[in-house]
Amino acid sequence: MNKTWNNKAWFMVLPVLLLVAFSAVIPLMTVVNYSVQDTFGNNQFFWNGVGWFSDVLESDRFWQALGRNLLFSGIILAIEIPLGILIALNMPKKGLGVPVCLVLMALPLLIPWNVVGTIWQVFGRVDIGLLGRTLDALGISYNYVNNVFDAWLTLIVMDVWHWTSLVVLLCYAGLVSIPEAYFQAAKIDGASRWAVFRYIQLPKMKRVLLIAFLLRFMDSFMIYTEPFVVTGGGPGNSTTFLSIDLVKMAIGQFDLGPAAAMSIIYFLIILLLSWIFYTVMTSSDEQA
Amino acid sequence: MARITLDHIRHAYGEKPKSEADYSLKEVHHEWNDGGAYALLGPSGCGKTTLLNIISGLLQPSEGRILFDGNDVTNLSTQQRNIAQVFQFPVIYDTMTVYDNLAFPLRNRGVAEPEVDRRVREILEMIDLSDWAKKTARGLTADQKQKISLGRGLVRNDVNAILFDEPLTVIDPHMKWVLRSQLKKLHRQFGFTMVYVTHDQTEALTFADKVVVMYDGQIVQIGTPAELFEKPSHTFVGYFIGSPGMNVLPASIDGSSVKIGQETLTLGYQPQIAVGAKTELGIRPEFISLSRDGMPVSISKVEDIGRQKIVRAEFAGKPIAIVVPEDGEIPADPRVTFDPAAINIYADSWRIGREG
Repeated sequence: MNKTWNNKAWFMVLPVLLLVAFSAVIPLMTVVNYSVQDTFGNNQFFWNGVGWFSDVLESDRFWQALGRNLLFSGIILAIEIPLGILIALNMPKKGLGVPVCLVLMALPLLIPWNVVGTIWQVFGRVDIGLLGRTLDALGISYNYVNNVFDAWLTLIVMDVWHWTSLVVLLCYAGLVSIPEAYFQAAKIDGASRWAVFRYIQLPKMKRVLLIAFLLRFMDSFMIYTEPFVVTGGGPGNSTTFLSIDLVKMAIGQFDLGPAAAMSIIYFLIILLLSWIFYTVMTSSDEQA
Repeated sequence: MARITLDHIRHAYGEKPKSEADYSLKEVHHEWNDGGAYALLGPSGCGKTTLLNIISGLLQPSEGRILFDGNDVTNLSTQQRNIAQVFQFPVIYDTMTVYDNLAFPLRNRGVAEPEVDRRVREILEMIDLSDWAKKTARGLTADQKQKISLGRGLVRNDVNAILFDEPLTVIDPHMKWVLRSQLKKLHRQFGFTMVYVTHDQTEALTFADKVVVMYDGQIVQIGTPAELFEKPSHTFVGYFIGSPGMNVLPASIDGSSVKIGQETLTLGYQPQIAVGAKTELGIRPEFISLSRDGMPVSISKVEDIGRQKIVRAEFAGKPIAIVVPEDGEIPADPRVTFDPAAINIYADSWRIGREG
């Protein structure tokens, strides 16, 4: 079959090309540009090669922040994914409970990040916060401002409160799409509640769980607003995640070069980890 | 294996049924004999699946009791009733291998592994999937998956009954015949009570000893294939069984004579008909003979379907079908005669017996 070739068709993709160029490629290239140059002001730049990259990679500050990020993401994934599945399994499948539950679940997701941070910042304060005062009155020592453990606990509880809903909603969507016949067949086959979960519900939720996992990983790895509002990175540097460190470096210290290098490394880490997770989690599909 | 008694079962999906029309299953009172092969036949939405799910315990009837061998099982779960059921669309556990899929119902019941292995291999052989035993079930075709579903229904040999809910819908025609005859063989071999839901009359008539015809939430006739063919007890059965279905003509009955339009026939008996009932005459296309004698008809179309011809004609202003042998002649001035023994009389759609 002869296809008509018309190179004018390329003009059709021009708008998209421009959009992507201005929204992603050009900003990214400015960052790349900064990362390989140095300046002493006056808009005079000179070539620095990979100097900033090696500086960042050799600094303890970077590796410590990265460690905190990985720990934080690990903890919240370990809590939010099982908890989300558990809640989704127990949500009603029909009746008035469905819209009620869905709205309740969606509420935290509608609150802007900085508002969530402010809510918890106030909620946990020992002098006026409901949580802080209550714990204090119960004789439990709790102070997220100067106790590292309490600061982490607050951030983790806050993230779980804010984002478990997302996992719940995704899992719930996966669960309700399972045809009734599967559960009927399982009853006929004498399957236990656990077997139903293990062999029907979990496999059918696999795809949505993969999405939930990736979204929560990327989002938590890039966490910025909430710790910035609640702890400001402290006490000490204990909640200084990569993003907070990056902003300190770029805007606080105005070290554009190292900050740009760090941005790129940060970006590549997220890309790499997401790719690894995705590959690992989808590989079992292809064996069949 | 058990005798299953349905004691005045009724079912409505809504909360509080008010009128008869709210029941998707109207009163059913029937006994399934131990070891019988039954087919539940009827159009979509007539309550077949509802009745089946009530027997298996997936559904609680709104009213009535179910007894297995005289023991009330109405409130027992599906598992306690020990029933196997195969569904219309394949249900497989797609993370398991084909072998594990078949072993699943046995392992859930704590059957010893050597026995599991023996049963599973037997079923694998029967459904012709031995080569696939170690593969995950996910990559199979729709009919292979359905064979696994079927296999899971057959793998337990101590069940009270096996229920099939249109199990061969997704299977291609050739395989349907093979599987159906395997089911029949299995039935003869083990004597399970089998209930087979279908809307395909060929499937029902070839599979079952007794066919239960359902229409609009009620059982309209239970009988052998021959009874359904010769003495349909409801005009629906006449129309649903047979291809083409029975000719049903409005008729007025006076004593033993039947008047259809201008034509009058004489019956050998006097049907007892309630006053004001709508009366009809039913005659199967196979029992009308086309010749030069008899009552006049006008032919509108002849369909040659290979072994025989179906003549579409107009008789007393109503369309009728007549089956003519392949070599049968179609006269220029066609006339018909009805075989008197094959005439059924209906009052308000229900057949009036000759006896009464």
